[in-house]
Amino acid sequence: MERIPILQMGEFLLVTIQVDMHDRLAMTLQDDLTNRIVKTGVKGVLIEISSLEIVDSFIGRIINNIASMSRILDAETVVVGMQPAVAITLVELGLSLTGVRTALSVEKGMILLRKSLGLSLDEQA
Amino acid sequence: MELTSNNTIAEIIQRHKAELLADWLKELQNTGLRRDDLMRAKELRSECQEFLQLLHIAVGYGNFSDIQTPEWENMRVLLAEVSRSRVQRGFTPSEIASFILCFKKPLFDRLCHELTENRDALVEQLWLSTSLLDQLGLWVTEIFLKAREEVIERQQQEMLELSTPVVKLWQGILALPMIGTLDSARTQIVMETLLQEIMETGSEFAILDITGVPTVDTLVAQHLLKTVAAARLMGTECIISGIRPQIAQTIVHLGVDLQDILTKATLADAFKVALQRQGLTIKNFKEER
Repeated sequence: MERIPILQMGEFLLVTIQVDMHDRLAMTLQDDLTNRIVKTGVKGVLIEISSLEIVDSFIGRIINNIASMSRILDAETVVVGMQPAVAITLVELGLSLTGVRTALSVEKGMILLRKSLGLSLDEQA
Repeated sequence: MELTSNNTIAEIIQRHKAELLADWLKELQNTGLRRDDLMRAKELRSECQEFLQLLHIAVGYGNFSDIQTPEWENMRVLLAEVSRSRVQRGFTPSEIASFILCFKKPLFDRLCHELTENRDALVEQLWLSTSLLDQLGLWVTEIFLKAREEVIERQQQEMLELSTPVVKLWQGILALPMIGTLDSARTQIVMETLLQEIMETGSEFAILDITGVPTVDTLVAQHLLKTVAAARLMGTECIISGIRPQIAQTIVHLGVDLQDILTKATLADAFKVALQRQGLTIKNFKEER
């Protein structure tokens, strides 16, 4: 069964979505991610979507769900690397992903998370 | 189609080429449609010569009724060039068509001269030649119109491109000075250009300056909000600057909700805020000495 890999980078989790997600995959991802957050106790999750060229309302919803679930588990979600075409599509679809922070790259996303978590930029796990 | 020897017009052109040319040029002069100010006499002359040459060959095939056939291909190509070059110089459609139509008189004169004995043949040849020259004249006019449309399209495209530049103010800060009326098409381009630049430069701030936008209605406001939302999804914060007093009033009266978008009166203010957010400030080093 294919899974979307979840990597731990210091005090954050990195999820890279590279393939089209279907129902089963999305469910598995939500399961894996919530389990991982609890197990590792991380406070931040980065969802990297720079490989996604097409995003539909389904993925939009999934991302929103993941952000909500993570927040309940005391972790902040940041979506990084959105391509211009994808951003336009989401806006046109009326899914502005409120409540989900965004950043241009993984690096910037981590800086953002560290700042909001009150960690100094020099601290690294 | 094969060359038919029984071809009066072809013969006439062959035998009286020089006179036809001279009469034609004189006719153009007489009608006042020659436009010597836009085209040199030598150039005109060589165009007429080429026309006669190709006319001579094409009529040899005996097809006077349809100029869209292969025999007339070279002539069509020549006339398309003639028409296009005149469009660029600023000729009017009448002036271009008269290039062809002025040839009627010299040709008719010659035909009358050659066929004084044979009235039936004369009438037939007159009809064939007038219908042919009319077709050529119409062809030239159509090319002219098509070329004009191409020019207009190209200018529109250029205007569209010119009016939506994205400039880099500082490392990580982009500025988008918007000028003129914003309609759906332009805003689409603005949005795409901005997002593309954001991706390429990795800028975290974009300042949309609307000093040059004369009016803001709900549609324009919608477009702006969408652009800001899309940029935010990518991770860039937008600041709107250059809001004039009247526009501020309009926005409130229309009930447009700018939500939490940062707005500043001038580009300078917006720039300062963007710098501050990046942890930068501008100091006057001279005063510190």
